[in-house]
Amino acid sequence: MPSMTKKLSNPSPADIKEEILGKYPPKVARKRAKQILINEALENETPEITANVRTIPGIITMRGCTYAGCKGVIMGPTRDIVNITHGPIGCGFYSWLTRRNQTDASAPDSENYMTYCFSTDMQDKDIIFGGEKKLALAIQEAYDLFHPKGIAIFATCPVGLIGDDIHAVAAKMKEKLGDCNVFAFSCEGYKGVSQSAGHHIANNQVFKHLVGLNDEKKPGEYKISLLGEYNIGGDGFEIDRILKKCGISNIATFSGNSSYDQFASAHTADLNAVMCHRSINYVADMLETKYGVPWIKVNFIGAGAAAKSLRKIAKYFGDQKLIDRVEEVIAEEMPAVQMVADEVRPRTEGKTAMLFVGGSRAHHYQELFKELGMKTISAGYEFAHRDDYEGREVLPNLKVDADSRNIEEIEVDPDETRYNPRKSEAELQALSEAGLRFKGYDGMIPEMDSGTMVIDDLNQYEAEKLVEMLKPDIFCAGIKEKFSIQKLGIPMKQLHSYDSGGPYAGFRGAINFYREIDRLVNSKVWGYLKAPWQENPELSATYVWE
Amino acid sequence: MLLRHTPEKINERHALTINPAKTCQPIGAMYAALGMHGCLPHSHGSQGCCAYHRSTLTRHYKEPISAGTSSFTEGASVFGGQANLLQAINNIFTVYEPQVVAVHTTCLSETIGDDLPQIIDKAGKEGKIPKGRYVVYANTPSYVGSHVTGFSNMVKGMARVAESTGHKNGKVNIIPGWVEPADMEEIKRLAGLVGVDIILFPDTSGILNGPMSGEYKMFPEGGVTIDQLKSAGDSLGTLALGEWCSADAARFLDTNNKVPCRVLDIPIGLKATDRFVDALRIIAGVSVPEEVTHERGQLVDMVSDMHQYFFHKKVALAGDPDQLIALTEFLVSIDMWPTHLVSGTPGRAFEKRIRELTADLPYKVNVKADQNADMFLLHQWIKNDPVDLLIGNTYLKYIARDEDIPLVRWGFPIVDRVGHQYFPTVGYKGGLRLLEKILSAILDRKDRDDPEQSFELVM
Repeated sequence: MPSMTKKLSNPSPADIKEEILGKYPPKVARKRAKQILINEALENETPEITANVRTIPGIITMRGCTYAGCKGVIMGPTRDIVNITHGPIGCGFYSWLTRRNQTDASAPDSENYMTYCFSTDMQDKDIIFGGEKKLALAIQEAYDLFHPKGIAIFATCPVGLIGDDIHAVAAKMKEKLGDCNVFAFSCEGYKGVSQSAGHHIANNQVFKHLVGLNDEKKPGEYKISLLGEYNIGGDGFEIDRILKKCGISNIATFSGNSSYDQFASAHTADLNAVMCHRSINYVADMLETKYGVPWIKVNFIGAGAAAKSLRKIAKYFGDQKLIDRVEEVIAEEMPAVQMVADEVRPRTEGKTAMLFVGGSRAHHYQELFKELGMKTISAGYEFAHRDDYEGREVLPNLKVDADSRNIEEIEVDPDETRYNPRKSEAELQALSEAGLRFKGYDGMIPEMDSGTMVIDDLNQYEAEKLVEMLKPDIFCAGIKEKFSIQKLGIPMKQLHSYDSGGPYAGFRGAINFYREIDRLVNSKVWGYLKAPWQENPELSATYVWE
Repeated sequence: MLLRHTPEKINERHALTINPAKTCQPIGAMYAALGMHGCLPHSHGSQGCCAYHRSTLTRHYKEPISAGTSSFTEGASVFGGQANLLQAINNIFTVYEPQVVAVHTTCLSETIGDDLPQIIDKAGKEGKIPKGRYVVYANTPSYVGSHVTGFSNMVKGMARVAESTGHKNGKVNIIPGWVEPADMEEIKRLAGLVGVDIILFPDTSGILNGPMSGEYKMFPEGGVTIDQLKSAGDSLGTLALGEWCSADAARFLDTNNKVPCRVLDIPIGLKATDRFVDALRIIAGVSVPEEVTHERGQLVDMVSDMHQYFFHKKVALAGDPDQLIALTEFLVSIDMWPTHLVSGTPGRAFEKRIRELTADLPYKVNVKADQNADMFLLHQWIKNDPVDLLIGNTYLKYIARDEDIPLVRWGFPIVDRVGHQYFPTVGYKGGLRLLEKILSAILDRKDRDDPEQSFELVM
């Protein structure tokens, strides 16, 4: 058991940091010191944090692996691709339906393989003699059963170690099957330092094997793709509802509620709107380089942020009809949002939150808490990089370490026939001058108050310490953290899976979130932790039988 | 339809597993390790394994599941994970201060051939294991067996702690198998009623069904202690409940510590509980107390009271061998008809045992236990020969919904209902609960489907 904290009344962030580090062996303390940052106003500069570095063994991290980032996060939400995990059974099993990324497969001919788990279930003989033949046969069996448009192969740890060439098997089977696109992901769990490497690997392969396959012109006006939105709890549905209402056509979502054809057509959009910068900025950059589609950062988490994002999109297209329509939609949606915010706010005002999640959410969700009058006193990402904390300005100075170097960077050139800059240099310049930022993201730190604590790759010990010393009114992280926090009597909201809730994006999502936070922080249950006889242990009277 | 692509026609598959009725070894090792007092399980592999196991166990128990990982990088995968494990052991004992660290391997560390005993020995020699603290281990390659195998391997790892002093301690070891914390509690209660002094390992009761009190105890009160495990080498004997989960550890104690063992089925249902209680009685040399006989009578009473509702109802089951064997016996014993069974845990002996238990039924059951014995196949069997009831883990709800068949959630993992943490399904009391669940499922369906003119008030 971690020892009891010495009692500090109103501990300062510096005290807290010192207290946390005091428990660690010196080497660990040195490393963690750089990942625990006290947000202080520097002159026009964002303080530097260490991120995207190796997890300390034994520390009880929140992080997952590259396979989880690739198969689970990026490729998981696509309904009509058969995702085969090449490896022992576990990885496929654990990533089977556990992420709450919803899909709408209600069309009569709609394919949906997301409810299925496919695995080569490697046995010891496959590890010894190699698993390529089994993989080829598994692909054939999947094809014979389902005849899907696409089959994706995901490598687990032993596959890389024994040297199965999954890309060769995929290429061979693609040729053999003829009408099925087979492609593979080298997303072994040991690569990189977190699931983030898996996002990158997924982005690369999606771009190589899927994007650009369908040049057919999609109907609709104001075509965008939404990048880094995974439709957890139906977020994507709500965003799509709003976009549709504004008259904006969403060509492809990477990858919530997505289908094979959406990826294939993504290059036909005229703007990429990036939600989760961490997981998908690679594709956004590649789409711009190869096809000339610019990207902007958006955020649909928070009603205000959603409105702002819609206005950005409208500004990009610059069409008065769209600009007016967006204003109409915002005006139509906001009263309901405001009404709930006004109702809830007296019960949430001044309360405090901690957010330790993802590569974007710990930032995005601060918007919603602000709308509730709640203050984020500490936050951090599980797997983000420095640019997600400090902004993309740091990108040119990022050191590429050994773990990142092993992740493939693909070189993309402008497409010979299809490169079509959607805006001329002059137009982009004019838009920039008018306040629309392209490829811009300032990260989480500049938006957090002075004196708050920003902690990268928080672990169980630190979480417990923080909660003990700062006593937030709500703590947000993932399923693994949920119950240790709640045992302390602090409500815990999962921001990976949303527990059973959602959507929280867009306008209706904001309403859902306000109500959910109200429910959590004001639940009666937190008042029942002690039994009456524990609260008043002294027998002060005897019962009088009458 | 959620499983709209599952065809009725069955083609044999040789390479592709679809909707598995099993998962991998390490999660079983992690669950078993949580049944030791003051234990932090540790996963020697990539950090994703540990994250996945913790998440799955957390969803099942709605309780905190702490565990460490060696967080392999590409470098560690090439050069070996020794440095990572040594560092992890040091960090864990420094930061989290457990009594025991229970290390299990993964497919990664097994494939590269990390030698756990050697690394742990080195950790000890380098002073990374504080005095009076322990590191136990199990090899759990994910590409052999299943989660059940991993559980068994870690239980055997716990048995390695046993010491023989030459003086018997007058106790009986009970290895409960992969059952819920509530079941472990119930086994302890039954043994107590009969008057047998036991050492139960693993014992997750008190650990994975803890209270909410405003305090977070990383290491709660429950679990078998190292002292108890040491003493297990001096016990009179070992009752291993379940061939797949428990027998290996019991045989190890038999060979290594000369503690004789007997392998019984997990006491699920009437007959298996009868055999368990009978074994306890014989060991203790006592008469079975009236209280236990009374509970037995209550179960028989419910069976007779409601027999007409479950009589000859066909059941499809997915799960683990030890559990399915005991449950199949129970279903047959009350005149229900287990019809299709799959277990992803390989074992011819399982198929044979199920055939024996169902030999007197007027049909041949579908039973399969290997890597292609998955829920996809089970679903196809059901499409060809429909059943009245499904019993198994939460994943069966997709079949239940598509085929409109009631489902009793039982097994691992159950991630969409609660109760399994708190209410046992072993023993006579557990039999009552299991039967109540089966009846509720069947009768709720009847109430939903009966035409208005024959809708029944009294059932």
